Amino acid sequence: MIPHLFRTEYRKIISVLCKRFGFGEVATAEDIASDTFLAAAEVWPIHGIPPNPVAWLYNVAKNKAKNHLQRHHLFDHKISPGIKAMYGDASMEIDLSEQNINDSQLQMMFAICHPAISREAQVGLALRILCGFGIEEIADAFLTNKETINKRLLRAKDKIREEKIDIEFPGIAAIDERLETVLTTIYLLFSEGYYSVSSNDTLRKDVCLEAMRLCYMLIENESTNKPQVNALLSLMCFHASRFDARVNKRGELVLYEEQDTSLWNTELIGKGAYFLKCASGGNEISKYHLEASIAYWHTQKADTKEKWENILQLYNRLLQMEYSPVAALNRTYALSKANGKEEAIRQAEKLNLSDDHFYFTLLGELYRDIDNEKAKEHFCTAYSLAKTQTDKQVIQKKIDTLQ
Amino acid sequence: MLIFRHEDGNKVASPEQIQIWMKQTMDWIGGIAAQNKFVGSNGLPFDDARVVMHKNGKNMVTNGPFGEIKETIGGYIIVKADSVEEAVEFAKGSPVLQGEGNSVEVRKIAKRDGIH
Repeated sequence: MIPHLFRTEYRKIISVLCKRFGFGEVATAEDIASDTFLAAAEVWPIHGIPPNPVAWLYNVAKNKAKNHLQRHHLFDHKISPGIKAMYGDASMEIDLSEQNINDSQLQMMFAICHPAISREAQVGLALRILCGFGIEEIADAFLTNKETINKRLLRAKDKIREEKIDIEFPGIAAIDERLETVLTTIYLLFSEGYYSVSSNDTLRKDVCLEAMRLCYMLIENESTNKPQVNALLSLMCFHASRFDARVNKRGELVLYEEQDTSLWNTELIGKGAYFLKCASGGNEISKYHLEASIAYWHTQKADTKEKWENILQLYNRLLQMEYSPVAALNRTYALSKANGKEEAIRQAEKLNLSDDHFYFTLLGELYRDIDNEKAKEHFCTAYSLAKTQTDKQVIQKKIDTLQ
Repeated sequence: MLIFRHEDGNKVASPEQIQIWMKQTMDWIGGIAAQNKFVGSNGLPFDDARVVMHKNGKNMVTNGPFGEIKETIGGYIIVKADSVEEAVEFAKGSPVLQGEGNSVEVRKIAKRDGIH
């Protein structure tokens, strides 16, 4: 009961308190929220779970916050006059209404995704403050230890104080630009869950779902319900639809071609299509539109000419918008499917990605059935460059199929 | 900068032919972008095109396609190339060159930020 409530309520309490105290006081907000749950853990086992646990938590948090405000030196000398001027005598009230919780969480999202905070720290803060993950879980997701995560979060909080970042909505003029960093962080968060090498499957799925929830919050809010936000959610729905199919019972990665399509989640595919449709308003095409469209074509398992021609053209446009090695490799694969292997090999050899094991895996695939000796050589190079056991396993399987 | 010069701007291609060229052009540009060598591009359609010409002491405006100037510019792409040779290699792949007499002019952009 408490762990579940922690996940859903901790982030709400923290956002509201931060909004109230100022972003610089994020540590205080965290303390109060943690103390609230500590109190629940002490009281509930003795007196029983209250009839309305959420209301109980909010009440305790409110009282603790009031106590903090009352005794805090800073309050008396600096904040008090300002708050009194702004809110009158009601300044002691902590507003935990649904509306204020929602607004605070959205504004918190913009504050955390401030350009002054490093990408890595943004993802960490988002997991902690927006998603209510424990330090241990974050460390597990990043495959590192608690100390490293704690240090990273502390540095980020210092930065927040230094930069005096406010918890507020950016103005209409700045919203698109700021929204872009928010979307990048949400996508990073999703990828962290989707591609993480952590063996904790439930945790990885939770991270993905949290990223989708944050994106959905932006869609529910009028001023941030933009085409590119819908496109990102569509993209994440399409990817998430394959979550159960891409890892087998032994925890090994199952490649797209070998996935059991009956494990694809048709409900998520449907949602992806719905949000892609919602994304079609407006004149601008974002990279999320292109990536979502590519992901859409991947939900069609049949290898048709139409499918690969579409994917190729989408990658052509995506690469013109923003280069990435992964997109370049995927584009070359699509090229081989649409225009033939010979052309793809010629293009692949110009890619200049010779320290990337995916590059050699691709070359191996392209040479398969054309020159199996060369294919094997490339796969072996890929094997020696691969860093994780999962990647090596996948490549070894490919070498085995050649013999 | 690779500038596409068309020998005869008056030629009209069939929609199917245009579609094939479009795909080839997209694949060609995609290939350059996949090498992280693409900077930007623009097609220059003929609709609403005009030429302002200085003739007999005054400026004359003519509608395109342009009877007097046979050769026209169809578009351009800007690439990041380490040398003129590399840029020429990119140019050789351009589908524009399938048309007899067409050419791709390779020009350097005056230096601003290391992009030629």
